[in-house]
Amino acid sequence: MTKSSKNGLLIDYEYCTGCFSCTVACCQEHGWQAPLSGIKVMEIVQDLPKDKAYLTFLPFPTELCVLCAKRTRKGLDPACVKHCMANCLTYGNLRDLSCELEKKPRMVLWSPR
Amino acid sequence: MGKTTIVRTTTWSAGPGCHGGCGVLAHIKDNKLVKIEGDPAHPWNQGRLCARALAMTQYIDHHDRLKSPLKRVGKRGEDQFEEISWDEAFDIIEKRMKSIRDDFGPESMIFSMGTGRDIGPWICMLAYAFGSPNVMFALSGNACYSPRIAALDTVQGDYCVFDAAQWLPGRYDHPEYKVPECMIIWGYNISATCPDNLFGHWIIDLMKKGTKIITIDPRLSFFASRSKYWLQIRPGTDAALALGFLHVIIKEKLYDKNFLETFTDAPRLVRNDTGKLLRESDVVKRGSTDNFVVFDIQKNTFVIWNTLGQEYSIANTTPALTGNFKINLLNGKSISCVTAWDKFKESCEPYTPQKVEEITFVAAGDIEKAAKFYAGAKPAAIHWGVPIDMTPEITPLCHAIAALWALTGNLDVPGGNVFTRSAFNAVAYALPGAEGVIKLKDPAQDKPRIGKDEYGPFNQFIWRCQTDKVIEQIFSEKPYPVKGLWMQTCNPLSGIGLDPKLWQKALEKLDFIVGVDLFMTPSLRYADIILPAATFLEKDGVRSWWVPLQTINKAVTVKGCRPDVEINFELSKRFDPDFKWETIHDLFDEILKPSGMSFDELAKKGWALPPENHASRPYFRHEKGLLRSDGKPGFATPSGKFELYSTLREKWDLKPLPYFKEPPFTPVSRPDLFKDYPLILSTGRRSPAFFHAEHRNIPWLRTLDPDPVVEIHPDTASKNNISNGEWVVVENWMGKARFKAKVTKIIPRWMVMAAHGWWFPEKKDDPLFHTFESNINMLIPMNEQGKDGLGAPIKHLLCRIRKEKKGGGHDKI
Ligand code: SF4
Ligand code: SF4
Ligand code: SF4
Repeated sequence: MTKSSKNGLLIDYEYCTGCFSCTVACCQEHGWQAPLSGIKVMEIVQDLPKDKAYLTFLPFPTELCVLCAKRTRKGLDPACVKHCMANCLTYGNLRDLSCELEKKPRMVLWSPR
Repeated sequence: MGKTTIVRTTTWSAGPGCHGGCGVLAHIKDNKLVKIEGDPAHPWNQGRLCARALAMTQYIDHHDRLKSPLKRVGKRGEDQFEEISWDEAFDIIEKRMKSIRDDFGPESMIFSMGTGRDIGPWICMLAYAFGSPNVMFALSGNACYSPRIAALDTVQGDYCVFDAAQWLPGRYDHPEYKVPECMIIWGYNISATCPDNLFGHWIIDLMKKGTKIITIDPRLSFFASRSKYWLQIRPGTDAALALGFLHVIIKEKLYDKNFLETFTDAPRLVRNDTGKLLRESDVVKRGSTDNFVVFDIQKNTFVIWNTLGQEYSIANTTPALTGNFKINLLNGKSISCVTAWDKFKESCEPYTPQKVEEITFVAAGDIEKAAKFYAGAKPAAIHWGVPIDMTPEITPLCHAIAALWALTGNLDVPGGNVFTRSAFNAVAYALPGAEGVIKLKDPAQDKPRIGKDEYGPFNQFIWRCQTDKVIEQIFSEKPYPVKGLWMQTCNPLSGIGLDPKLWQKALEKLDFIVGVDLFMTPSLRYADIILPAATFLEKDGVRSWWVPLQTINKAVTVKGCRPDVEINFELSKRFDPDFKWETIHDLFDEILKPSGMSFDELAKKGWALPPENHASRPYFRHEKGLLRSDGKPGFATPSGKFELYSTLREKWDLKPLPYFKEPPFTPVSRPDLFKDYPLILSTGRRSPAFFHAEHRNIPWLRTLDPDPVVEIHPDTASKNNISNGEWVVVENWMGKARFKAKVTKIIPRWMVMAAHGWWFPEKKDDPLFHTFESNINMLIPMNEQGKDGLGAPIKHLLCRIRKEKKGGGHDKI
């Protein structure tokens, strides 16, 4: 399969625990002052039938995310991917990552601005 | 400009604030931390790192860090301090503490610490060099970790934790390891903070490998949403649930019969007349009180279990597990006896799933299904959190849970609950169940330790003083006055102190207080001398709690600050002319001695795992004879068995079998209070941004969790006319505090969850940083510990909520 010209992040939101490592890792890497960061984590309480609910955390890269170009050029993972406590972020070529989507439920693919 | 060097070290202490263990790479340039990253080679975190450790650059060079010793020049509680030199500070401390020692005895100084980090050994070192046995963990009922450890020491001789292959090279891929089929997460949001010397996200690793989760939690946590069974329990009723699980397991015969027969005290006879264990001394002339009695049906006679030899007095004994037996006592009386197993079953019998549903609010069907799933899963593990400690009847609760992993054959098996000892048995200081290198010079000095005589576990395993009794004694001055307090990385007015106004009065009453910390805190305002401490990046240290064995390696120095260990070492030398160690590294070397490595050797390696067949490495140690000092198979309990009927509890005049008792302030135990305070109040839910009362001043972290929040169900909020984000008052008969409403369905209708540890380091208009304003401890009493001195009702109180008054700003608190 031909590669895409773009890279992105595959987010496995089934296992994101909302620990904010990604958010702070990005601040450290890029010197963002609070509340700025290249990635935010949202808490989503889904309503389910029969008075039930489901708690999800969704990390969402912001307008500030530059996909850690400096790091990835050196062959390193982006700072958020490296430090993610649940190992639920994957950096890669968008086309490769899109194939991963089929293999496991509860994932989203993010492409940069 | 120098170049950047990378120092490999271990997180433990101020900084992330956790109970530590991560390998990190600190990037240092010109003696400054420029970046910190997780060490990908480290077996513990494998490159990962939490938000608090990643925020270290903001922590270490924070403009508010204390960088000089301070002397109080105003009144207690004011902000009048002046800078002094380290020498002057040490001289004043030495003089004042020695005069307290001369006039009132060394026990009149209390040495107090907060959460369990690289401070316990050094605070013990200082107290013991001074001659005081009174080392205090400042939480009411000592209600964090040591109650659980002491409870397990009581019934199974050693503590245990879930097995995430942390002892094995290569971790999950090691051939000896098995991924648990089921894991019970009992009152824990472990991924937020890594408490209890475990890396929280190991459980997420296991879930990805197929482990199915049972979550016991009143809140809808990350784990609750991803569980096979989520048991939404009423806080404080955990023992009823555990007994309900046991009821199902016993009724369905899902227990491991071989383990029951071989490794527990099940066949021991219990007298029906006294309810006590039958001892050899009851039936045999000159028989020992340490030996027990079983009944062999084939031989139709009783047989003695010889505790010293760990064997029956007659070979090939087949003891009866159940039955009613007539025994003739030495005194001529004839009594009937049943077995410990009969007694144990009798304790579980009333807890049918229906009855447990009434008590716990968990549906009977779910209790039954979850119990069967746990018992059928091989292997299965249970991991519990601090809510287990935070109830007065903590030991019977732990006993019931321990019986679950023991009876299902999950003790010290791969992927089960495995015994934990300090790696390589390198023990720095006395913890429940272990003797350390650092100890009182003369055991007689332990005599005046507060709480020791009143409470069994404090006499047997817990070498701290009982916190509630200390506060009581500060006011009563009986049996001796408390004059001084050494308060190190401990902030009772904001975090660890229940009923903080009581603590404030206690601090006001003392003659001399030394505070050691990294930032000015509300509690430090009461100190006479303040010493600026260091983060983990600024010091050397050793860590053996639990595994691997590792060193902390100094990466930077911050001018003016000194590591806890260095501060306490200097003063220990001044207080004890015969102080044993010349240098701190001599002391480290002695602690590490059982590993065969010196500090320098271990530092070079970074970390080490205990070798196969070492007593500090799993598995099957009770079979291999690795747990007992006599080298015999069995457990390190007084009787050598896993005790379903606790011999120590019997000795302490406490109920030897597990039971449930309704906690002191619940809708059931206090319907009178419930009328006015119709909501269950719980506190202590973890935030990944903070460790207890710390980190409110770190911008990257504070922005993640900016306000003290109380979680309220949408229906409860609308009933009380409260909208999301509004400030509300949470109050009860003890006091009140203000919180921002977080209206959310993760909390049940009948409960609210208020965040703990809040003060406002940015609000400098008040010397106490508004520490009583949003402090949930204002609503929690002290002195409600259990009969063994342990536990406190922190997770299950009562309260009401209301919107803050309009107009006049917020309520004056
Ligand atoms: S990829 Fe880099 S820039 Fe983007 S969010 Fe992650 S750390 Fe920030
Ligand atoms: S670091 Fe990973 S687990 Fe933690 S919030 Fe970010 S994406 Fe989620
Ligand atoms: S909280 Fe966990 S991830 Fe963070 S430093 Fe401590 S052990 Fe490591």
